[in-house]
Amino acid sequence: MSIDLDRKTMILAIETSCDETAAAVVENGTIVRSNIVASQMDIHKRFGGVVPEVASRHHVEQITVVCEEAIRESGIGWEELDAVAVTQGPGLIGALLVGVNCAKALAYAHGIPLVPVHHITGHIYANRLVTELQFPLIALVVSGGHTELVYMKEHGNYHVVGTTRDDAAGEAFDKVARTLGLPYPGGPEIDRLARRGNTAIDFPRAWLEEGSLDFSFSGLKSAVINYIHNERQRGREVNRADAAASFQASVSEVLVKKTIAAAERYSARQVLVAGGVSANRQIREEMALAAESAGLPLVIPPLKYCTDNAAMIAAAGTIGFLKGRRADLSLNGSASLSIEDF
Amino acid sequence: MNILAIDSSNLVMGVAVVSESRVLGELMTNVKKNHSVRLMPAIAQLMKDVGLTPGDLDRIAVAKGPGSYTGLRIGVSTAKTMAWTLRKELVGVSSLEVVAQNGRYFDGYIAPFFDARRGQVFSGLYTYRDGKIVTVTHDRLVLMKNWLPELASLGKPVLFLSNDLAKWREDLSALPKAVFGGGPQHIPRASELARLGREKDPVPDVHHFLPTYLRLAEAEAKWLARQEQ
Ligand SMILES: [Zn+2]
Repeated sequence: MSIDLDRKTMILAIETSCDETAAAVVENGTIVRSNIVASQMDIHKRFGGVVPEVASRHHVEQITVVCEEAIRESGIGWEELDAVAVTQGPGLIGALLVGVNCAKALAYAHGIPLVPVHHITGHIYANRLVTELQFPLIALVVSGGHTELVYMKEHGNYHVVGTTRDDAAGEAFDKVARTLGLPYPGGPEIDRLARRGNTAIDFPRAWLEEGSLDFSFSGLKSAVINYIHNERQRGREVNRADAAASFQASVSEVLVKKTIAAAERYSARQVLVAGGVSANRQIREEMALAAESAGLPLVIPPLKYCTDNAAMIAAAGTIGFLKGRRADLSLNGSASLSIEDF
Repeated sequence: MNILAIDSSNLVMGVAVVSESRVLGELMTNVKKNHSVRLMPAIAQLMKDVGLTPGDLDRIAVAKGPGSYTGLRIGVSTAKTMAWTLRKELVGVSSLEVVAQNGRYFDGYIAPFFDARRGQVFSGLYTYRDGKIVTVTHDRLVLMKNWLPELASLGKPVLFLSNDLAKWREDLSALPKAVFGGGPQHIPRASELARLGREKDPVPDVHHFLPTYLRLAEAEAKWLARQEQ
């Protein structure tokens, strides 16, 4: 499908799939006019993870506030908007509903089109806020909720070539962190701790069957948790830094090798990495090294576009808008949604 | 004054448009279907039918709860977004107070309620006085087995209005002066919500308007209990 990338667009996007209430205005799919995120991280910390009902309640508190801020900061008027884009899914259903109903009310109130966006396409298009995409490409989306390898032969065309069969990578980080007694969210804590440790413990790498681009982290997670329990039972003090470093090395190696393998199999001209876990320093470094030696251009967006935000939803929504994708006022949130339908 | 009223707080989904004291239109369903899918199309359809555009509205009234958490968020998110972006007034009205309007002219007390599972109900106490329904006690989450003796001690007839009456009818019949509403009396009407919305003061700050859940999220309640230990 050919789309007119030169067409001028101004899109307001809303994202409420998990624990960030976010709104942004993006011009021509690449220029971020505003990007407002109200994070609930501190609220969920005391529960040791995101509580869906609590998240949903906070979205209702923040939703119009972040929208107003996004519009104000962008300096545009409602009449300049071409469309409202919103994350339809996947995500926490109660959380998604707040954003979806807000977006529908805005679309109706101002008589502007409504564009539904798949959250993962948002993570992929976060990269287009940094640099133009080169096709075909392979994108690794890795976060608390997702671990996916997506092949794209052109704009707005998504094909999942690898996915996790159990836990998302970020989920494994959180659970291992909890067992190590680290606060939520576990990813940054493990990253920090791992820098002081050695990869002294031999944790498994789940390559799955020959040639598979799928992932599995539950075996690794259990191996780490068992190791910690066994050491404690024997009265030995666990070297937490070594455990963190060894766990992270396993995750990183599998993510990097499978991503490069996918890129080679699909003759990719570019490799993208996005999602909250791509903030991990070791994964960034090892991915950069592997991509360089394979001669593949690598793009990893800055941290503010890696974690959930609405600028990335606007960037993906712009492509959806140009492809003619529209939703009517009966649009509903959806906890699970196939990216290949977008 | 043109008022749009929105109620998606419980099983009933209702939308009404009222101009001054004239009801221009009302849409209502009492079936288990997804409010998130149907609310906005219902609003757009009704507005079109009565010949109004969003800009013609002066005020939006929303049933603020108690009720289904998800249903409340759908209605409140829609109402507060419309009020904010169109720069219109927003009024929140108790979902129970809307049902209580159906007890007009009743001589005694009116106890609307919504089933809240685990033996609990969301309920409040209202009465008809000087031509209107007034609040006697505030809405609450209460165990029905505690609520009934309290109502019995009032010594007056109590009119029960609830879409969930069937589940509780037997327990309520034990009350000596229990009276049960019939058919449509159990159904909250968005046109009544609009009328109440016209009488009440708008909220001072649309951004900070929230549903009245009357119950903490379970994780929050547990966390608080742990803190007290
Ligand atoms: Zn995400």
